[in-house]
Amino acid sequence: MKGGKLLTTVVAPLIALVISFAIASLVLLLVDIDPFFAYSEMWKFGTTTESLISMINRAIPLFVSALAVAVGFKMGLFNIGVEGAYLLAALVAAWVGALFSVTPVLHVSIILVVAMIVGAAWNGIAGWLKVKRGVHEVISTIMLNFIGFSLSAYLFLNFFQEDTGSLITATNLIPETGWIPSLNPVLGWFGVEPRAGSELHGFLVVAVFLGIFYYYLVSRSRFGYDLRASGVNASAAHASGINPKRMIMTTMLISGAIAGLVGMSTLLGFTHRYVQDFPSGFGFAGIAVALLGRNNPVGIAFGALLFGFMERSSLILDLKDVPREIVTIFQGVVVLAVVIVYEIVSRYAQRRAVAAAARATAEQENDREVVAI
Amino acid sequence: MTALVAGAKSLGRARLFVLLALAGVLILTIAQVITGTEDLTSPSTAGAALRLAIPILLAGLGGLYSERAGVVNIGLEGMMIAGTWFAAWGSWLYGPWYGIAFGMLGGAAFGLLHALATVTFNVDHIVSGVAINILAFGAMRFLSSISYGSETGGSVVQSPTVQGIDNVDLPFLAGGNILGRSTPDFLGWLETHDWFYVSDLAGIARGFMGSVNWMTIIALAIVPASVWLLWRTAWGLRLRSCGEDPWAAESLGVSVLRMKYVAVMISGALAGMGGAFLVLVQAGIYREGMTAGRGFIGLGALIFGNWLPFGVLSGAFVFGFGDSLRFRGPDVVRSFILAVAIGLVIAGVYAISRNNVRRTVITGSVGVGFLVFYMLVSAVPNQLLSATPYLITLFVLAAFSQRLRMPAADGARYVKGEAH
Repeated sequence: MKGGKLLTTVVAPLIALVISFAIASLVLLLVDIDPFFAYSEMWKFGTTTESLISMINRAIPLFVSALAVAVGFKMGLFNIGVEGAYLLAALVAAWVGALFSVTPVLHVSIILVVAMIVGAAWNGIAGWLKVKRGVHEVISTIMLNFIGFSLSAYLFLNFFQEDTGSLITATNLIPETGWIPSLNPVLGWFGVEPRAGSELHGFLVVAVFLGIFYYYLVSRSRFGYDLRASGVNASAAHASGINPKRMIMTTMLISGAIAGLVGMSTLLGFTHRYVQDFPSGFGFAGIAVALLGRNNPVGIAFGALLFGFMERSSLILDLKDVPREIVTIFQGVVVLAVVIVYEIVSRYAQRRAVAAAARATAEQENDREVVAI
Repeated sequence: MTALVAGAKSLGRARLFVLLALAGVLILTIAQVITGTEDLTSPSTAGAALRLAIPILLAGLGGLYSERAGVVNIGLEGMMIAGTWFAAWGSWLYGPWYGIAFGMLGGAAFGLLHALATVTFNVDHIVSGVAINILAFGAMRFLSSISYGSETGGSVVQSPTVQGIDNVDLPFLAGGNILGRSTPDFLGWLETHDWFYVSDLAGIARGFMGSVNWMTIIALAIVPASVWLLWRTAWGLRLRSCGEDPWAAESLGVSVLRMKYVAVMISGALAGMGGAFLVLVQAGIYREGMTAGRGFIGLGALIFGNWLPFGVLSGAFVFGFGDSLRFRGPDVVRSFILAVAIGLVIAGVYAISRNNVRRTVITGSVGVGFLVFYMLVSAVPNQLLSATPYLITLFVLAAFSQRLRMPAADGARYVKGEAH
């Protein structure tokens, strides 16, 4: 059993990574580029202090987004709606955060809570539609994404946008009490002095706590037990007294609340206001990272860091005449590869377990025969 | 026998479709008279609606083949993205008709990948679809960077302008040429006479038939062809049986795996053709992100249309019409809202005659809500208008999800020989 678990959680993603690297290398070879040249350039550039900080900064929203998706996955719910939820949440939180100024910790907390409420409410619609009207959450969250894009564009352009005195369209600047300070002083304790302009987002601390919270919620709490039971066998869970409707609703709300936080590292650590080109795509990429990390918080962290590393280190490729887009191919391939390999490996593990059980039974039978004789 | 019954039912639906469309135009006309606009039933609005509806229709039909064979396909968007890129490439290299073929092949290639993951490896259909969407986007961007990147007019995010597919005026009805002679423009003549309803109908028909694109004609022909193929042929029955009960189909000797592969590849080809339409008819160029979620709207049209070809067509028209309003003036949008309000109130009254109190109250109050909205709001912002297809899909799902019937084994995990 232990061996099977190891196979599916560690070996499967590793094989998928190897396959993806192989395919990416093949694609590069097809366009006459030495893949090892590309990889070594990426590695050289990607492991500088500034790049590593950028990698972590890029990984934070992916990590949070993947956690939001993973909570749903644990009970077989697909929340495709993280994308719409976090953009809407970031906009409303930015607007609310710029309205007032209080003591720093309180101000930041209020902004985070607002973002969580907006995210939960938005994805809660999908939960409600599923529970009350039987609408599949995949379709409703896809539709809610687009409605969310339109709604946030509408709110932004008509109500929340302020005259910033320059060409950028943005909401008012959040007062400094609502900012999350960078972790550079902490890096300083360890003797790491990044160049000016390179700042490790302080939201990292929140993200780490979120990861621990996720672990306890899913693996150590009553709710998590119910969640996983519903995911493995919904009718058995129902029979054992777990209310499926309430589980769906609660899970969607939790997933949405986490989704609301996806944009917060950028908002509170970097832009300090909602800008028209607020970074998008974390919601969809989060699905990929959750699949890559097999819904396990440590796995998700690895997946997010890998994606962050790829995105940062690929910046060097443009200067070396290598199409940077190879990274997006890699990300797409790795997701497909990981789910296929997982499927194959778990089938193999299952066969092995069945064979082992058969062997054990056969041996027992033999023993019994010996006794009988 | 089942095929015959289903076919007859589907024909009945086609008649219902025509009746509903006629009633819809009548309501639009009345709304126009009240608000004093004319653009709602003008040829240009109808033509624009048609042009915008076709990619959605093709994506929806793509979804139809796949889901009728039991494979949920949310990778339609990615297949459509592949279609846009390959269509531009084919047209750039060899000419527009090759563009269509390339677009369809590009979409079908991603269909094959989806089939490989879902049918052979039994990966969850949604997961595979999400992966396809991510992969298609990345792959097309990569292809652009190595092919268009260094061309004049091209870049990492767009192709040079490519040759598109031609338009034709249909002969006799819209003044088109036949064998080099011009024919009368009958519908145009009707349309210019301001006769209530008749001229409005003619205006819409004129919009559909004047300067129609060849690709539009092909796409529309696929709808009845699909009804025939899926409901009137043995092959279609086999395909649908894979979506309803693959284990039973297997026991009757249907090669379920092969069927699903074929269906998902057709699905990709149709979605790819939708992408090709965007490039070869609407834009004349490939631009990254030009599908703008139309694959997902196609999915919405499929659900709206209850997994039936003519249903997909009506869904595509509703969404295409909603989309076309974005390019019209605010008056047109207002009169459309009035039309929706009238339609809903009529539906509410109809529900009274059926003794359905719940539905009367709900439909009636939504209708009155639209009326109030009509009276209070002078212009609907574009950003909200762009959300209409998604809102309609959600609304239809919420209101009618009990009556929609997706294929029984859609999305089900099937392993050959596992049936008991």
